[in-house]
Amino acid sequence: MNRSRGLNALFWGSIALCYVLALAPLPTVLVPLKPFWLALVLVYWLLEMPERVPLGLAFTLGVVGDLVAGELLGEQAMRLCVLCFITLRFRSRLRFFPMWQQTMAVFGLLLNDRVVYLMVHTFAGDPAPGADFWLAPVAGTVVWPWLFLLLDDLRARQRAHEA
Amino acid sequence: MAIAPNSTAPLFSEGASSTLRLILYLAASIACMVADHRGDWIEHARHAAGVVVEPLYRIAALPAELARDTRVAIADRGALSEQNARLSRELLIAQTQLRRYEGVQEQNQRLHELLAVQQTLGLSVQLARVVNVDLGPFRRHYLTLDVGVDNGVAVGQAVIDAHGVMGQIVEVRARSCTVMLITDSEHAIPVRIERTGLRTIARGSVTGELDTLDLPTIPVSADVKVGDRIVTSGLGGRFPADFPVGVIRAIANDPSGMFAAAKATPDALIDRSGEVLVLHELAEPLGPPTLAPTFGPPTTIADPAAIAAATAPVAGAKRAQR
Repeated sequence: MNRSRGLNALFWGSIALCYVLALAPLPTVLVPLKPFWLALVLVYWLLEMPERVPLGLAFTLGVVGDLVAGELLGEQAMRLCVLCFITLRFRSRLRFFPMWQQTMAVFGLLLNDRVVYLMVHTFAGDPAPGADFWLAPVAGTVVWPWLFLLLDDLRARQRAHEA
Repeated sequence: MAIAPNSTAPLFSEGASSTLRLILYLAASIACMVADHRGDWIEHARHAAGVVVEPLYRIAALPAELARDTRVAIADRGALSEQNARLSRELLIAQTQLRRYEGVQEQNQRLHELLAVQQTLGLSVQLARVVNVDLGPFRRHYLTLDVGVDNGVAVGQAVIDAHGVMGQIVEVRARSCTVMLITDSEHAIPVRIERTGLRTIARGSVTGELDTLDLPTIPVSADVKVGDRIVTSGLGGRFPADFPVGVIRAIANDPSGMFAAAKATPDALIDRSGEVLVLHELAEPLGPPTLAPTFGPPTTIADPAAIAAATAPVAGAKRAQR
């Protein structure tokens, strides 16, 4: 297992950037279109190097996310656990899908995540959100291929740099 | 490790990761959520996390601040001088009004002294900047400010802007705090219709609109018109009395037909404020006045036992009233 320093930096850097992006404000029109960055990045790392993302890490990152957003503690943890579990289950198939199929699978994952999110908040007694609540998975799907290519490229450069 | 080595992992089977693990983590997260929803011991954890979270908020808000600064930097000369002219015009008007208010205040003070009223409108405020972060779709009606415990801010203080009441502080960290806006569906503020003096409650709209307050419990027979101004009533002691809250926009019957339900537009620039004021003194709760001192013969000549007998039933009656 060669866990180089550069790869470590890429891994943790991408995750840290997710937290910042999730908090960063957007113009009012774009706010509902903010994708669940942490989920997208974790799915990438799960597909490429599953041994780096055990469920425990997903849980911990979720708890950190909850503390950052100040929402119900454990909510993101639950969402990420479900997401990572499903991704791991279908990992061997997802990896060899062509890009468009993979993107559709990611859309399904994000949609499922949104349902879990809504469920948690319904139990907590929050009012139902508007229709634009469902736009975020669409945005995530649009972003996915580019994110995948970007991270893949960064990782390849990293490997070339090491060699 | 949750993953079997790649060479032996079957392509179409379960068991790649253990379901037991998932169940364990799900149970843990549900336990967290229930504990957070029910109790407040999690507050301590949040407070500790604040040390890490605050710098993150600042970093996340950086691009937006940068954009704002850039906009100011490249704003053209014409726009700036036009703004300058407008502001000095407004300042002139404001100052004239201020002079008048000073006179009125002085007169008011004199009248207060005549009436021996102790309650005054003295306010001390603290300027705070809004830290521009997005806390998720269920927390749209929250603001983060750059003042915290270190600046003497406490939970429950009211937040206003130049136009009206914005909300109240619900969570404080060392150098930042979270404000619940009056438009949040979980927020209710005791108000008074300025024209008629009718007291009622204004809640945030259930549908989550940023520019709407609901007044769901107005008596059907009450005299309320579109355009009426609503101000804080000061009941409950959270918000000081007589601050502008909003303007009635529409009135209809509520579904049960028992009440009239009005919608109001908040006066404060809820989603556009860059700087806000935190009221420092918690308002004096309006309640029954303190008991007048009992009159009678001086205690030096009166029998103490008789005084005790005379005042005891009164105290008992007061307690029974509550």
